[in-house]
Amino acid sequence: MTEELLIETRELTVGFPIGGGLFNKKTLKAVDGISIGIPRGSFFGVVGESGSGKTTLGRALLNAVPITGGHATYDDGEVRYDLSTLSGAELKDYRKRAQLIFQDPYAALSPRMTVRDIIAEPLEVMGLTASREETDARVREIAAKCRLNLEHLRRFPHAFSGGQRQRISIARALVSGPRFVVADESVAALDVSIQADILNLLKTLQSELGLTYMFISHDLSVVAHSCDHVAVMYLGRIVESAPTRKLFAAPRHPYTKALFSAIPSLDPDDRGRAQKLEGEIPSPTNQPPGCKFHTRCPHATELCKTREPVLQVEGDQAVACHRWQELL
Amino acid sequence: MSLIDVEKLTLQFRTDEGLITAVEDVSFSLAPGEVMGLVGESGSGKSVTAKALMKLNAANAVYDPATRITLHLDSGPVDVMSLKRPRDMEIVRGGAVSMIFQEPMASFAPAMTIGSQMVEQLLIHTNLSKRAARDLSIEMLDRVGISDAASRFNQYAFELSGGMRQRAMIAMALSTRPKLLIADEPTTALDVTIQAQVIDLMKDLVAEFGMGIIFITHDLGVVAQTADKVAVMYLGRMVEQGPVREVIRNPRHPYTRGLIDALPQLDDLDKPLMPVPGDIPSPLERPEGCVFHTRCTRIIGDICRTAVPGWADTGPDHRTACHLCHQDTAA
Repeated sequence: MTEELLIETRELTVGFPIGGGLFNKKTLKAVDGISIGIPRGSFFGVVGESGSGKTTLGRALLNAVPITGGHATYDDGEVRYDLSTLSGAELKDYRKRAQLIFQDPYAALSPRMTVRDIIAEPLEVMGLTASREETDARVREIAAKCRLNLEHLRRFPHAFSGGQRQRISIARALVSGPRFVVADESVAALDVSIQADILNLLKTLQSELGLTYMFISHDLSVVAHSCDHVAVMYLGRIVESAPTRKLFAAPRHPYTKALFSAIPSLDPDDRGRAQKLEGEIPSPTNQPPGCKFHTRCPHATELCKTREPVLQVEGDQAVACHRWQELL
Repeated sequence: MSLIDVEKLTLQFRTDEGLITAVEDVSFSLAPGEVMGLVGESGSGKSVTAKALMKLNAANAVYDPATRITLHLDSGPVDVMSLKRPRDMEIVRGGAVSMIFQEPMASFAPAMTIGSQMVEQLLIHTNLSKRAARDLSIEMLDRVGISDAASRFNQYAFELSGGMRQRAMIAMALSTRPKLLIADEPTTALDVTIQAQVIDLMKDLVAEFGMGIIFITHDLGVVAQTADKVAVMYLGRMVEQGPVREVIRNPRHPYTRGLIDALPQLDDLDKPLMPVPGDIPSPLERPEGCVFHTRCTRIIGDICRTAVPGWADTGPDHRTACHLCHQDTAA
């Protein structure tokens, strides 16, 4: 591929210690050997159920949880950082370039700060502005881009609806002028009528400010409408990755297919046709051998129970399944 | 005969900032074995409406004297509004009416086992012995697809996964054999794959137990998959109701239309997402006239800003509270 990558990971692993004895420490691998490339200016989607490791992956790329194995690099053309060894002044600089938009706009905003102070805080903490006037100017500029009125800036978050609050948290994330934004379930807590509005805003801001998003979601239909490329995660691994259109036209992995058919159809006469998944995602502390999905896969064979499939890359598509070709 | 009739439900909350109208002039009825989807965004009053049926709203709730809620049981009609003492309310709180809440972790007591909570409510609402209550609870857990039910019975809520907790919640709600089940966003906190399982389970249980269900959700896809009829609420008022096929295929209220257009559709990825413009007004600043006029794209004149629209018949069993529909009918 010739596209320039903003984020590139090789065998990225994030493990958390979970007790065990002094000599046999156990680790929980929330993200387990992930290799992805996020092109500059893309809207990169990550999909999976709770417990699939999608949030941990996003946090690792923001350097918010320690990377315990593999590599991750950030390269925006101006600077190039190795995320697994970042520290000191470089880390400080990276904080400005990579930001996070949270899921729940009700929990993410301090009820005791005015909207102006909430948006200005990153500038003040990172020391990005020289004077109060400059801070105010930057706050007003980003607030206008996020469609907030100047009059809103003097109020407290409780006076706002969910959609307005989410616009405030977007403004706060973007005020430091980041290049890379991780949006973690940023529309999941919103009503459908508002959800579309926030997705459209994220799109507009992307082209105005030249942002690259990693968009984490459990909702395939939202991802389908906003992302250029989608990676599907299951138990810490990527099971399928493809450009959105290709993925939605012809999903290859049985898990992706199951996720599709689980979306409730708007057609009342289209009930129960779906191929439903049995069971639940296994606990990450007690992962099945072989293909991690075999416990729920309707097509699992003996091979799947013993040998883990590798992620087969083919052009811009990749799938990790022993049987995907015969199941097409 | 209908199972429950709600007439002119109007409910306000007394707060420091004055009386806040949460639900205004809501009427509907539900037949036994019927599933009604109650749809609307946050703040539309759908949960408050459902809780009113069990008189579960907070103590600062003020019901309008014109409100009538009648539950028709085999033993005769029950006037829910006249129930005052907690003893009398047992009939609508777990007896003939049960409720499944959105967040199963928050609805189970954390320090009691799942089993002891299930048995406790059976002892209150039925004449079963402790032993029989235990057996019935385990049978119900098994029935909702919880494997190894006898050992789950002795576990605490935190030991179960989200999907399993919601199944246990359903088992508990159904063990008293309610006539009416109120499900308040029962699948919203679950993953799609688990949501699909829970929806299937609920469909099976309706077929088996034949109770009426009020299914509260903001997801029209879930409604299309489960409900027989739909009622759409906005800012405390019901704006459209009718059979599920009618309302979803032929929505007449601009708000219902907007909700459907705002849903990302998988079959047409090029279709731009159409948000409902603007934000929901604060309940302290309820708009005059039609409550939706501040966000409506199809205002026909001053009438929308000044007069509350009445119901217009817009199809078989389908009615819509919109001036636009009155205009169409008149023309």
